[in-house]
Amino acid sequence: MKLQGIDLDVARMGSGPPLLMLHGGDGPVAGMPFATRLAEKFEIIAPVHPGFARTRIPDHFDCINDLVYLYLDLLDKLDLRETLLVGFSMGGWVAAEMATMTTERLSRLALVNSVGVKVGGRDDRDIADVLAVPGERLAEIMFHDPSMMPDFADMSEEQLETVTANRMALGVYTWDPYMHNPKLPGRLHRVTIPVHFIWGASDGVVSVDYGRGFCAMIPGATMTVIEKAGHVPHMEQPDRFVEALLAFAN
Amino acid sequence: MKSWWFTEDCYPYLPDENSYRSIRVELPNIHCDPQKASELYNRYLDLWCAADELGLEIMVNEHHQTATCMVPAAPIMIGILARQTERARLLILGNPLPNRNQPVRVAEEMAMIDVISKGRLECGFVRSVPYEAAAANILPYKGTERLWEAHDLILKAWTTHDGPFNFEGRWYHHRQVNIWPRPWQQPHPPVWVTMGSAGTAVPVAEHDYVGAAFLAGYPRIRSIFRGYRDAYLAAHGKPAPFDRLAYLALCYVGENEREAEDGANHLMWYMQANKVAEQWQNPPGYHSPPIAAAVMRGVASPGIPVNPTLDQQMAHGNVFAGTPDQVYEQIKAFWEYSGGFGHMMIMGQAGFLSDADALKSMRLYTDEVYPRLRELTERSDPAEVAERSRAMANKESADLGNFGIEFVR
Repeated sequence: MKLQGIDLDVARMGSGPPLLMLHGGDGPVAGMPFATRLAEKFEIIAPVHPGFARTRIPDHFDCINDLVYLYLDLLDKLDLRETLLVGFSMGGWVAAEMATMTTERLSRLALVNSVGVKVGGRDDRDIADVLAVPGERLAEIMFHDPSMMPDFADMSEEQLETVTANRMALGVYTWDPYMHNPKLPGRLHRVTIPVHFIWGASDGVVSVDYGRGFCAMIPGATMTVIEKAGHVPHMEQPDRFVEALLAFAN
Repeated sequence: MKSWWFTEDCYPYLPDENSYRSIRVELPNIHCDPQKASELYNRYLDLWCAADELGLEIMVNEHHQTATCMVPAAPIMIGILARQTERARLLILGNPLPNRNQPVRVAEEMAMIDVISKGRLECGFVRSVPYEAAAANILPYKGTERLWEAHDLILKAWTTHDGPFNFEGRWYHHRQVNIWPRPWQQPHPPVWVTMGSAGTAVPVAEHDYVGAAFLAGYPRIRSIFRGYRDAYLAAHGKPAPFDRLAYLALCYVGENEREAEDGANHLMWYMQANKVAEQWQNPPGYHSPPIAAAVMRGVASPGIPVNPTLDQQMAHGNVFAGTPDQVYEQIKAFWEYSGGFGHMMIMGQAGFLSDADALKSMRLYTDEVYPRLRELTERSDPAEVAERSRAMANKESADLGNFGIEFVR
């Protein structure tokens, strides 16, 4: 799809009320089993952030707001209404920023192990530096069960290049200030639609406490913690993830 | 031919290598004894002053958060040398522009050094190596593009003399630029830029700057220099003179082979101590995805080779070592293969190499190798040397021939 002059990859599946799904730094998730299940109830619209999955990063893109405005335009272009906005990790950051700007086309907002704010003091590492942790540590912080982590050694050349390209795009959108916008907490009061946080209990990237701190910044927001899941509960506990999301959506 | 003497100013007193993951970025500075560091700084400054007295030129660089190089601010080192030396040209190679958020500040520092040294500054600009991303907290994405935009601003700051100007680019913004002092050299100090590939050589050649290659060795030197020469010819309509190209290698000259081997093995500390954890070698956006993938697999190293040995590095053309005759022949063979260059940059001190040994090599080089290299470039025609280089078959390594059969083992 052409949007803002950019060739934007948008996966669409299922039917029902619209669900705009924004993936995290590990790349698109629309092909995963949890998404297939959600497609039974929703029309899923899942754009690929430019730069991920071997798409091009537009020359003028260099911060999270570039995605925020891109997807506000996407909502307009598709004339989506009463949309359930779901964001994972950095996609949650994008979603939260969007909701502070306008909720006109949104019904609800679900944030899954989302980054975007700072909850601690300036010396606290609220968000693990995933761009600096050794490869073998990444599995431990991302997953409750580290064996879920794809083994880079088993990947084809092309798959590994996609991993490194995704990492580059993640860097472009989140490098500094790292994974958060210091101004966001002061704007979250503008989010007047229902907001629900879904969090993997064993997340080593952003802890449950971080999630609770983030949740407390949005009036009326609620939270479900999923046991035996890390940063990606939709992968590790897809059934419970879908259950939590559907409970919120209804 | 000009020769530039260089040391990275290492801090070699490290704990057991198995006790740390990376000498760069994360080695806690509890291992740095300020008293020892002070002694080292003063020793290295003395060596540079000796180079000045002997007739060599001076090169300084910078790295951050690493024991391999204790100079996080090259302008400070070169600022000291601007005052303490009399004669030598002072090359900073270089200022890591994408990691300096204020290019105008770089322009100011360089102008100041140029004025203090009465026009002896040679100013290098580099994109910087991957390990610097974490230390600078700068995403290395589009580093080359940012280097050239920062360069544009610096050149404009150096050459604008009629009051403040405005610069609002893609990456850098500065509204009232009017540096004091302005450079001594007019219109500006000579500029050097490092090149890692034929592609990165193109803008350097187009600007008529000195293009420098570090440790490119036989495997890469010809493509880089050829990229420069082709772009130079296209841009300027004449062959690139020798003085537009520079090569850096480790170099130790001894009175005999045994002495040379010993000295060269000391220099190898620079490569052998470079234990760097993968995540610091591969920050997002530094390498293109295929190269980043290769680094992840461990099949490519972004800079210094993995498990380097002296004989392998000599064969590659990254280390020149031997008696004066041998070193001259090694450099000459590499020079001819590369198509010729006018600047030999020598890493002449590293690790635990003593000052006495570093000085001995420096003297032997100056007295016995340098004159012959000068003569070689003076009597050669750049276009002919380049032509002969073009006709040579590809070489991955030097045939060290009879040089030090005993030595390289």
